[in-house]
Amino acid sequence: MTVNTDGMSAEAIAQAIATLKISALEVTEAALARIAKYDSVLNSFTDVTADRARASARAIDAAMAAGKEVGPLAGVPFAVKNLFDVKGLATRAGSKINRDLKPSPRDATLIERMEAAGAVLVGALNMGEYAYDFTGENIHDGPSRNPHDPTRMSGGSSGGSGSSVGGGLVPIALGSDTNGSIRVPSSFCGIFGLKPTYGRLSRARSFPFVSSFDHLGPFARSVGDLSLAYDAMQGPDADDAACTTRPVEPVTPLLAQDISGLRVAVAGGYFQKNVFPEAVEAVARVAKALNATRTVEIPEAARARAAAYVISTTEGASLHLDRLRQRPNDFDPAVRDRLIAGAMVPAPLVDRAQKFRRWYRAQVLELFRTVDVIIAPATPCIAPKLGQVTFMLDGVELPVRANIGVHTQPISFIGLPVVAVPVPLEPMPIGVQIIAAPWREDIALRVAHALEKMGVAAAPQPRGI
Amino acid sequence: MAADHLDDYIDAVSKALRLPVEDAWRPAVRANLEVSLRLAGLVDEFVLPDETEPASVYTA
Repeated sequence: MTVNTDGMSAEAIAQAIATLKISALEVTEAALARIAKYDSVLNSFTDVTADRARASARAIDAAMAAGKEVGPLAGVPFAVKNLFDVKGLATRAGSKINRDLKPSPRDATLIERMEAAGAVLVGALNMGEYAYDFTGENIHDGPSRNPHDPTRMSGGSSGGSGSSVGGGLVPIALGSDTNGSIRVPSSFCGIFGLKPTYGRLSRARSFPFVSSFDHLGPFARSVGDLSLAYDAMQGPDADDAACTTRPVEPVTPLLAQDISGLRVAVAGGYFQKNVFPEAVEAVARVAKALNATRTVEIPEAARARAAAYVISTTEGASLHLDRLRQRPNDFDPAVRDRLIAGAMVPAPLVDRAQKFRRWYRAQVLELFRTVDVIIAPATPCIAPKLGQVTFMLDGVELPVRANIGVHTQPISFIGLPVVAVPVPLEPMPIGVQIIAAPWREDIALRVAHALEKMGVAAAPQPRGI
Repeated sequence: MAADHLDDYIDAVSKALRLPVEDAWRPAVRANLEVSLRLAGLVDEFVLPDETEPASVYTA
């Protein structure tokens, strides 16, 4: 039997299950039916773990029947970018090569924590090869598609995460963000995404890309759902050397707190160049809603983006060196050629980029002494067409791939927490970054929540499926 | 680095690292390396104190 849970938030699903209005199995069957119906268009899933999902849902229903406590996400379907280890699946990380790996013996830490809160894993999601991507395209699995216009990009590299949540297949998905891979799909697909502070959420048993910058985080259609998932996944983890030892700092109880005392500024200079009118309009709407009249200059942002690029290409090359030697023809050629070039960058230049990172971090932390929140575009444009190579901006032809992440890279470079909020422009949504100081996800989420309550930020219903 | 020197450099490093670079890939590898070196140059020209610690082991 299937029931109509289309459009239900994770919060509403969990509440309906907790009050026995619906069973976890019914919710799971409905999610599996949505995936079967719509994913032929979106191509967001690479694996559907139907048997596992049904078994998890039955266990939750049995626990409910026995009067046992179930978690705050009881029965909520979720899916993960296919760089998360899922027990029994090879962690393909968007590649052809990794399909030859043995099935994972254990789930990623974040899957374990979501399931401990009652959530039900329904599958693994399409992504750009080895996460070196901003488009959501994949030559091995085909592109994940934009739920508002399937001829457009979902955004990368967590394209399947953006597409599946934007398309309403699941209320929550997990992804990774090294240079923008949570914020870009959030922007293109019109949903909320949280890139937490570097080190906040464990990356244990996920396939890496750039250890210096890799973050994991959630996508959702509401800030409440985003926060529920975030709270469920926090906590130290000895299996990730970069994971903080800070205690869990729940945000969900704080979301409705007044934000009028927060000092909000718009990022100027670099962040106002090379942007399309839609991005300007989205930032202006958010700034107006938050009464942000001040502009701040994030110093040397262009150089920060350059340093992030250098560290990414060289650390990525180091990670894949053996595969580049042994199986170069099994890579996406575009990824392979970037990685080979990365292997050839002299070491002193990489060291200088890491030293610059230290300097830049100090400058930006100084800036946060005078502001609590900085607003910036998430992407310079709405989702481009699939396969689009260039776009015209102010009469100049620019490469799409190289320019999609220009506003996200200087932020993840120093691990700042960001909520990407969707501004529902017509015909396509676009995201805005709500940036806070390290470890202040609470501030970014509270501001996002206020924008959602004001109707300025909202996840539009999918129009393309 | 001049283009001809860059080709020599690609040959030398690919041999040193035992990295295959087939002729068909070379233009794309070189184009990507040019971008990487241009961006690395932006960082290189920024003067920092000698005592600056790299952030490769990093806590936000």
